[in-house]
Amino acid sequence: MLLREGQFRNPSGCAVSAVIDRSGKPMSGERMIRSISIMRDRSNGLGGGFAGYGIYPDYKEFYAFHLFYDSKSARQETEAFITRHFEIAYSSEIRTRKIPEVTDEPIIWRYFLAPLSRKLADSHLDEREYVARCVNRINVEIDGAYVFSSGKNMGVFKGVGYPEDIGRFYRLDEYYGYCWTCHGRYPTNTPGWWGGAHPFGLLDYSIVHNGEISSYDANRRYIEMFGYKCTLKTDTEVITYIVDYLVRKRGLTMEEAAKVIAPSFWTTIDGKSEDARREETFLRRAFPSLLVTGPFSIIVGYTGGIMALNDRLKLRSAVCAEKGDIAYVASEESAIRAVEPDLDKVYAPAGGEAVVYELYDKAEV
Amino acid sequence: MRIDAGNMSFRELADAIKNSSDKETVVDGCIGQRYIATALGKGRKIVISGTPGNALGAYLDGAEIELHGNAQEATGDTMNAGEITVFGSAGDATGYAMRGGRIFIEGDVGYRCGIHMKAYRDNRPAIVIGGRAGSFLGEYQAGGTMIVLGDNIGAKPIVGYFCGTGMHGGEIYLRCDKVPVKLPPQVKAERVETLPEYAGSLVRQWCEKFGKDPLIYTGKGFIRLTPDSDNPYKRMYTGN
Amino acid sequence: MAAYVYPEYEVVRDRTKCINCRVCERQCSHGVHAYLAGAKTMTEDSSKCVNCHRCVCMCPTHALKIVKSDDTYKLNANWTCRTVNEIYRQADTGGVLLSSMGNPAEYPIYWDKMLINASQVTNPPIDPLREPMETELWLGARKVSIERDEKGRLRDTLPVQLKLDLPIMFSAMSYGSISYNAHESLARAAAELGIYYNTGEGGLHRDFYKYGANTIVQVASGRFGVFREYLETAAAIEIKMGQGAKPGIGGHLPGAKITADVAETRMIPEGTDAISPAPHHDIYSIEDLRQLVWSLKEATDYKKPVFVKIAAVHNIAAIASGIARSGADVIAIDGFRGGTGAAPTRIRDNVGIPVELALAQVDQRLREEGIRDNVSVVVGGSVRSSSDLLKAVALGADACYIGTAALLALGCHLCRSCHDGKCNWGIATQRPDLVKRLDPEIGYKRLVNLVTAWKHELEEMMGGMGINSVEALRGNRLMLRGIGLTDRELKILGIKCAGESI
Repeated sequence: MLLREGQFRNPSGCAVSAVIDRSGKPMSGERMIRSISIMRDRSNGLGGGFAGYGIYPDYKEFYAFHLFYDSKSARQETEAFITRHFEIAYSSEIRTRKIPEVTDEPIIWRYFLAPLSRKLADSHLDEREYVARCVNRINVEIDGAYVFSSGKNMGVFKGVGYPEDIGRFYRLDEYYGYCWTCHGRYPTNTPGWWGGAHPFGLLDYSIVHNGEISSYDANRRYIEMFGYKCTLKTDTEVITYIVDYLVRKRGLTMEEAAKVIAPSFWTTIDGKSEDARREETFLRRAFPSLLVTGPFSIIVGYTGGIMALNDRLKLRSAVCAEKGDIAYVASEESAIRAVEPDLDKVYAPAGGEAVVYELYDKAEV
Repeated sequence: MRIDAGNMSFRELADAIKNSSDKETVVDGCIGQRYIATALGKGRKIVISGTPGNALGAYLDGAEIELHGNAQEATGDTMNAGEITVFGSAGDATGYAMRGGRIFIEGDVGYRCGIHMKAYRDNRPAIVIGGRAGSFLGEYQAGGTMIVLGDNIGAKPIVGYFCGTGMHGGEIYLRCDKVPVKLPPQVKAERVETLPEYAGSLVRQWCEKFGKDPLIYTGKGFIRLTPDSDNPYKRMYTGN
Repeated sequence: MAAYVYPEYEVVRDRTKCINCRVCERQCSHGVHAYLAGAKTMTEDSSKCVNCHRCVCMCPTHALKIVKSDDTYKLNANWTCRTVNEIYRQADTGGVLLSSMGNPAEYPIYWDKMLINASQVTNPPIDPLREPMETELWLGARKVSIERDEKGRLRDTLPVQLKLDLPIMFSAMSYGSISYNAHESLARAAAELGIYYNTGEGGLHRDFYKYGANTIVQVASGRFGVFREYLETAAAIEIKMGQGAKPGIGGHLPGAKITADVAETRMIPEGTDAISPAPHHDIYSIEDLRQLVWSLKEATDYKKPVFVKIAAVHNIAAIASGIARSGADVIAIDGFRGGTGAAPTRIRDNVGIPVELALAQVDQRLREEGIRDNVSVVVGGSVRSSSDLLKAVALGADACYIGTAALLALGCHLCRSCHDGKCNWGIATQRPDLVKRLDPEIGYKRLVNLVTAWKHELEEMMGGMGINSVEALRGNRLMLRGIGLTDRELKILGIKCAGESI
């Protein structure tokens, strides 16, 4: 039997792309579909996906769960679990478009949820931690069920196929959001399973990533100390947990987290200003096991913004661009030019340099 | 300076003592705080009432400690110089590995008092115990002087079992008539009618501190224990 | 009826090359060589030879070699010659067999059963000679709280840590067990390399206070030389609870080795025995360890990390977990192949477990309990090469202690006779005529050479894996694969079998 993602480690090459309208104006998913399709040679048809932010304005107070089910019984078991822990505002199968390029899809459902207040109070957890743990329990404990998106007013859409086909399959041209990220995958092995595609999501964090990191097990064995379980064995998964741990649990900013994940070399730090030196030395000494080495370029999506980051040697490509309120990040400039030929500014960030684009008014979302 | 130890953590109390520039510091209401006056140097005096925690005066380096109350375990651990006076009793391993300075105890001490006490050049550690000592008094003793006065001990023996086990230096004086039971063969016991000058001065100092009559405490005969140089511990090794 | 035991090694002299210069005679503290004036020839008594190779190295005409004797008892797989000879020696003397240096018996060496990964295609290797490669690290506890000042800047909430330029330190060897010149070599090399050496339990010689910033001072059960200045001078303090070569056993430096200088350093009278009791008599339980840890911190104003060194024994993971909750900053684990200046043979060769297994279990347990950040983990007990070092770090060690390898660099030939105090190489001896044979000027350079060479090799292997920071190697067990190991051994080491993908 073919092994599934998670039962083996699956080194992958990739294409990533992202766009954000900092004024908060919604755009359809069509733009990202076009952008990623330019980089078709970076994918191999074994995985593609998108994350859209601001796409569920009518349900923005609810956690939007997207689930893959292998069977009806898995769905029943999961819904029983969900009912015990959440109030369901709305649920339905996700509408898809049948196209010949996309086959063998699982059962795909969407739920808008609010934690049961009594259960939440009894758990002594903050709300996000409560939700994160419920997601983890479904994914680990219920056979044939997998939550692949769980944030508020955002959603991940992914599957096995080329990303542009996956986008059309999910009808993303009909969704409108202020920010989109997407991913085309080139796994060295067949993932055998839709859950293995990217972006990887946890609450409102979604991560797309290109490269194979060499620090994987050092990072995994460290982060698992804090209640995370790396079930997919992918770099993206462990990087998501690292970001979640540093930013959500420890209270670092995105830029500070970037200095943990892709710190400057000690010799570089030594030459910096007093304040920078103090900060970066502290972060490296405090979280040495979260340093990520090996090639990577990642785009982290979160409510109200994106952060792009390259490894410190810049072993993967990444290009940033701006046009008016709209900012882009992609593996290749062509992927940006394809949707916006006339740019105000194009630049390649340095290795380890975090690029953050956020809404002018974060309160808006 | 006067400190009410009350609810202070050991660290708060230790810092308050360390940071004080006064020659004399008085600590009231001590309750379980460990490591008081650790490695404190010459010229300081700490007067404590209450029950301090373990390792009182560890690595003491010249300061003076006066405790009104009982001391717990490991008082004067690895002490180098200074003086600790306890108006009360002290627990186990008092004066462990002490290399210099003096400890005066009004009452009793627990197990393993003065274990691995050693002398070095001018450093001659000494412990004077008013009451009785528990077992393993002077275990591994390598130097220095211990005196047990046997005050108010009733019918109990002045020391417990295995006194001087592993002793290979120094001396112990017991104010009693009978040689302790089960003394290891490597320890030599002899009766001394009058204390030598140095030991006598230690006893007189003890009397002065606790308001006792020196005539009574130096007058009676003592048993002196020293390692038996004719019969040392021998473990025969064979090079392999 | 003292049994004659035929020497295990024979000194062989090529008489056609020997020029009767008598260098061998002067160099041998054991009196193996003698000149027969009448016959005008050199003679040799192999029964006195410890096979230290001093004469072989010094012979100007290369006329000498030492060979394993082919004399043998009737071969017996059960009663080996060695076992028989040991019985004869004990029957002669009634003595406890005493040995030196690490366990030489044939046990599995797990370092040699682990293979290292390298990058191909999906991830690039790095050229360490031309690209940045970081081997430096900080040792100590890493638990921080995230706090900000009024300007929103992060506050430095780290406990005190030690900076190492690479994950190697020289392990504890006391002045007394080794010579003044050996100590000076170690101290100077540590200072030059940006690492640390360890005084062992014999105190710190006044002359070496100047190397304090690169010195770890030890506090053992005998508390020799322990006083305020000693603690304050050091960069860190190590509480010695046990030693891999002799877990559960104290130490006994006989009075004969307590020369004036050694006595002064240990702060005991000259010529008296220096006995280290088996336990610290203020530590009979784990909470007592906490007491010693904190009293040392209190004595040094919380400016020094406190190490706790333990021997690798069966229940090591649970013990380490207790230590990680004691306030200690570093746990040092000494494996059963660790060296010693003297240990009962039976203990050295039979007590404890390999450090590879101990390390794997300790690192995993501390992670499972979420307390790996409470402490750093340092391992020693036969780290023989840079690949052993790399494997240790990948298993989860923060750094390694090297002892035997350092002594070899100083000239030791592993004759395992330290206990007789007549070391011809000037290392494990206090005899002035022998000590002066070890020139610290040369000794320290050889140590620097060795460690620098290992550093290059470490960088080369890290680069091959696509790792450019030792931090990303630590605990990175996917970089290791086992070969020739049982499923259970693989499980204990927490690694996959060679050929197995993840």
